[in-house]
Amino acid sequence: MFPAPVARASRLSRMGYRAALFLSLALWLLPLAGVALTSVRSIDDLTRGNLWGWPSETRLVENYAAVFSDSRMAQFILNSVLITLPAVAGAVALACMAGFALAKFRFRGNLLLFVIFIAGNLVPFQILMIPVRDIAIETGIYDTRWALILFHVAFQTGFCTLFMRNFIKQLPDAMLDAARIEGSSELGIFWHIVLPLVRPAIAAIAALTFTFVWNDYFWSLVLVQSDDVRPLTAGLQSLRGMWLASWNLISAGSIIAAIPPVLLFLLMQQHFIAGLTAGAESD
Amino acid sequence: MPHPPRAMDNASAPPGRGALSDWWWRNQRALTPFILLAPACLLFAVFVLYPIAASIRLSLHDWDGVGPQTWVGLANFAELFGDPVFYTALANNLCWLALYLLAPVFGLGLALFLNQDVRGIRVVRSLFLFPFVISQVVVGLIFAWFLNAEFGLLNRLLGSAGLPAVAPLESGRWAIFAVILAGLWPQTAYCMILYLTGLTGIRPELIESARMDGARGGRLLWHVVLPQLRPVTFIAAMVCVVGALRSFDLVAIMTAGGPYNSTMVLGYYMYEQTFLSLRYGYGAAIAAVLFALMGAFVGLFLWRLLRREAA
Repeated sequence: MFPAPVARASRLSRMGYRAALFLSLALWLLPLAGVALTSVRSIDDLTRGNLWGWPSETRLVENYAAVFSDSRMAQFILNSVLITLPAVAGAVALACMAGFALAKFRFRGNLLLFVIFIAGNLVPFQILMIPVRDIAIETGIYDTRWALILFHVAFQTGFCTLFMRNFIKQLPDAMLDAARIEGSSELGIFWHIVLPLVRPAIAAIAALTFTFVWNDYFWSLVLVQSDDVRPLTAGLQSLRGMWLASWNLISAGSIIAAIPPVLLFLLMQQHFIAGLTAGAESD
Repeated sequence: MPHPPRAMDNASAPPGRGALSDWWWRNQRALTPFILLAPACLLFAVFVLYPIAASIRLSLHDWDGVGPQTWVGLANFAELFGDPVFYTALANNLCWLALYLLAPVFGLGLALFLNQDVRGIRVVRSLFLFPFVISQVVVGLIFAWFLNAEFGLLNRLLGSAGLPAVAPLESGRWAIFAVILAGLWPQTAYCMILYLTGLTGIRPELIESARMDGARGGRLLWHVVLPQLRPVTFIAAMVCVVGALRSFDLVAIMTAGGPYNSTMVLGYYMYEQTFLSLRYGYGAAIAAVLFALMGAFVGLFLWRLLRREAA
């Protein structure tokens, strides 16, 4: 193990390590803590300049209630959910299918397709922006949730396919051949054997994709414009113009926007990290 | 008409239930991959591949977004290469890229620090990853306010320490560094988790035998640990390069390219020229340059990946 385990060191250095852990973590999350603290402050505190001290009065309920009553935050959250969940489901479903095909079938162009999926996922969004918006306008889905859902499914499928393909490739061929001899069709193998075995990979990729789509800002600016369909990230930025110096409300809004991905991350930590670091260990 | 079964056919295909069913059973092995790939390929072609070609085509035209498009050849690019804002944006992107390469360094440092087996370390690692999990919009808002000259938390801290106030986001010289700093926060967290995973995969016997030979600390890290972490370093660097060239959210939230275009990056300049100045062709030309830049780096990445695949 590198560096040398602290557990074997003296009592003093163990305590020192713990203290250093605590301090560095506090420093690392300082900006976040400042925002969390501000989100429960009164506007009086802000104008008086009490930013780091304890709030003179805790306005947790009032501030967060104000965010929902003064703005269309509830609508933004609903929009984000209605965009993110179908997009994740779609991308994961398509990636499982495409991943199985690329991992377990030999055909000409297999590797080329794989490379295209990876490369397409690394392109800068700006090169897609104008044509994708035009497609959305011409097909009448511009400024609807469908524009964002379809685009995210298409784009995220690239990364998800890369991930699923590598995972499915590790399944032993002998197992699939055994099923073939039993008389199972290829689609039957996919449904009854491959899918149940790749559940952990599906969890990992779903958690990651959820975070990517939920946190997207660029496409929310490009593909929608009305508050009825705008997701949380774009909604939050538009509220900034309305609230100007009400940093306590903006902070509360930021915290609200951060909660779903953070919760998901905490619930699915192992899967999430496995997904993030897939490339780092498979070498 | 009945076909005699061939050797590659499924051994126990059910007896004929009509020509179509027969045909399917005989060919399903060959057809399945294409059926499974079709939806993904179709969507990817429509929303990713076609737009790339369409953008490059558009970069050779003048267009206001509604009227007819007029062919102008390379005029957009000629104008671009004489445009001072373009050079500012390009320089900022490269500066971003260079500074983002600090993320793997800091990330490695953090990972080494956190690679201990003490109680509660899992929770601590997760908390360190928080900045990466939350949206860049939120990160941008947090830092915009943290660094805000009037109400900012930073100036309160400086003030209580008796130091003069600063206004990084209003300075043409420092604003870009403030924005990149905000980006380094989640980026470092990401690199940290990559290295932590890499460190758990290190072969302990190599470390132990190097220790027997008297290697310690920096020498052990440099000669034994880092070589084993090379694939991780490569991925971390790649992710940072892509992230630096993609930068948009933080600029849009924190400075909108200002003051006086000093924090302009290619991604934001393209957006601004297209939707605010309604110069779609010019915007597409900026996007094409960004695409070429990314292509150079992605090419390197794919080349390495393919070599690994072939091995």
